[in-house]
Amino acid sequence: MTAATETGHPNVLAKAVREGIFAGVISFFMFLLFVGVETYQDINNALVWRTRWGLLAIFVLVAAVSRFLTVGFIKPHIDRRKLAKAKSGVLEISEQKNFFHRHFLKIALIFLLVYPFLSLLIVGKQGSLKYVDNFGIQILIYVMLAWGLNIVVGLAGLLDLGYVAFYAVGAYSYALLSSYFGLSFWLLLPMSGVLAALWGIILGFPVLRLRGDYLAIVTLAFGEIIRLVLINWTDVTKGTFGISGIAKASFFGIWSFDTGSANSFVKAWGLSASSVYYKIFLFYIILALCMLTAYVTIRLRRMPIGRAWEALREDEIACRSLGINTVTTKLTAFATGAMFGGIAGSFFATRQGFVSPESFVFLESAVILAIVVLGGMGSLTGIAIAAVVMVGGTEVLREMSFLKAVFGPDFTPELYRMLLFGLAMIIVMLFKPRGFVGSREPTAFLKERRAVSGSFTKEGHG
Amino acid sequence: MAAENLLKVEAVETYYGNIRALAGVDVEVNKGEIVSLIGANGAGKSTLMMTICGSPQARTGAIIFDGEDITKLPTHLIARRRIAQSPEGRRIFPRMTVYENLQMGAGLDNLKYFSEDVEKIFTLFPRLKERQSQRGGTLSGGEQQMLSIGRALMARPKLLLLDEPSLGLAPLIVKGIFEAIKKLNKEEGLTVFLVEQNAFAALKLSDRGYVMVNGKVTMSGSGKELLANPEVRAAYLEGGRH
Repeated sequence: MTAATETGHPNVLAKAVREGIFAGVISFFMFLLFVGVETYQDINNALVWRTRWGLLAIFVLVAAVSRFLTVGFIKPHIDRRKLAKAKSGVLEISEQKNFFHRHFLKIALIFLLVYPFLSLLIVGKQGSLKYVDNFGIQILIYVMLAWGLNIVVGLAGLLDLGYVAFYAVGAYSYALLSSYFGLSFWLLLPMSGVLAALWGIILGFPVLRLRGDYLAIVTLAFGEIIRLVLINWTDVTKGTFGISGIAKASFFGIWSFDTGSANSFVKAWGLSASSVYYKIFLFYIILALCMLTAYVTIRLRRMPIGRAWEALREDEIACRSLGINTVTTKLTAFATGAMFGGIAGSFFATRQGFVSPESFVFLESAVILAIVVLGGMGSLTGIAIAAVVMVGGTEVLREMSFLKAVFGPDFTPELYRMLLFGLAMIIVMLFKPRGFVGSREPTAFLKERRAVSGSFTKEGHG
Repeated sequence: MAAENLLKVEAVETYYGNIRALAGVDVEVNKGEIVSLIGANGAGKSTLMMTICGSPQARTGAIIFDGEDITKLPTHLIARRRIAQSPEGRRIFPRMTVYENLQMGAGLDNLKYFSEDVEKIFTLFPRLKERQSQRGGTLSGGEQQMLSIGRALMARPKLLLLDEPSLGLAPLIVKGIFEAIKKLNKEEGLTVFLVEQNAFAALKLSDRGYVMVNGKVTMSGSGKELLANPEVRAAYLEGGRH
């Protein structure tokens, strides 16, 4: 270790101070209008504005201090560690993994299986509602959606910005067919998958010749079309009012979760009435659906169609010259991805008991896509981690009342959700440009299995 | 020699929009031959190659393969007639491993002969065996070319189309690749249609050759004849002996 790399070196500190001030100035101008000025309606219902210099000062201070710390202390520390590592000759990528690393998937699955009971045990019936529903089910829905989109974007390399359309098709399929025809959840679950897949093919046909940016724009428009149809076709969809009172899922037709019914689950098991049992039941359904999605994806990747998807992402012309029918390959990718979106949608409808077009805005598509990209396109584990971070993170934000101590009493963390979201994405993309898990597991190997290192893999070019 | 005709290109014209890239091309390839097509940049060599593969399709004329008219077939169906191609720019799958790339080549038979054929490719190009679990995009140019040819061979082709296999490669590697092509032709009777700028090496390897200028075939003959032809020598060989 040479003296030049010591933290206290004047050059480093001077640089840190400089950069800290610079960051402060930039953030001052950046947040001046967003944070420094606030509009509100006064007593006469007129829109007036006031300044919030205090809050702005806090924002600027946070930016300046964190930049100062990053440049002055954190970065030299990381550099020194890297240098020491390089000197000691230990390779960055070590073959030896610790116990947790090796059995990560098993541990995660076991944790998920006991999760509802764990929360029931720790925080009781009423408290666990939040953990099972807001965290568990919510995150798993996004995991399933992201895994479904992963087939289209991650494997086949077709950038789809309107994925939420299939989610909407699934949700409305269930909502409409169950309230008009009284069909059961277990019948409609696969049916909405099929219907969404059909819509996937309908979207697929016109965009067969498109790639990249052009494809993205058309899929974006498709998503909006579906939403606008849902809003305006009021006779059937009830427009913006949405459809409420959607039937709950039954315990495979044996017991019902409606409190008044004769074969109520609660009565049959002699339990005290609580909605937590239904939530736990839903948790296991969505967990099973997620596992199904993962299983199908893993299996398909090893089959000719899955290999064709990946080859299509790499090089369409080469695919054709190898005798792959790119038309059917693209359509099956769209259909398969859409099917999982639709199934997730019908689950969403039964869980909410209410659907309206508001749940299927473009932002949802963007969030799902962000999860796929953050997780590392094509990696199921990475995507699941990203879903936990992104969706769980926003839920956690609601709980962070201590932030009020820093930013003042009328600070509502949820409102900064998108700001933090963006910040998190920038940070992840800067430090892990290929997502949390950037490596791609080969599906075929002769003797040894070796992951294709993330630093070699190219971003999908959509 | 009663050569059996495998590929026959008859008066083919290909257009890019309104621009005519091929102006009535006639080319024949017989079974078991190595035929090369030489010409300057922009002569239409690669266009002819792509036209045989159906992308773009010929506007007029006919392409007959093994007695069947394939002029208007889509690319993937032409490939299923066992015309394998190592396209210009190699076009291997960069994120997939060497092994997976080869697997993609064997898709036509649903991997029925895969393990048998992959050994053959590894004997032909031992470098690929060493690199089998490496990602395609991390290979050197020569290795990528070997992979591209290897992938094409995995389809058990009746006709192998090679578009500029020597492009951007060191002479020693080019020599190795050409030797491999010769070996395949001799030992397995593989028919090869080769597009090359490296006229000397290509003609030396070939049974017959065509010279293309401005979208037309201007000369044809055996490889030796063309090599000896003073016009060919002046245009493609003198001063350009690679």
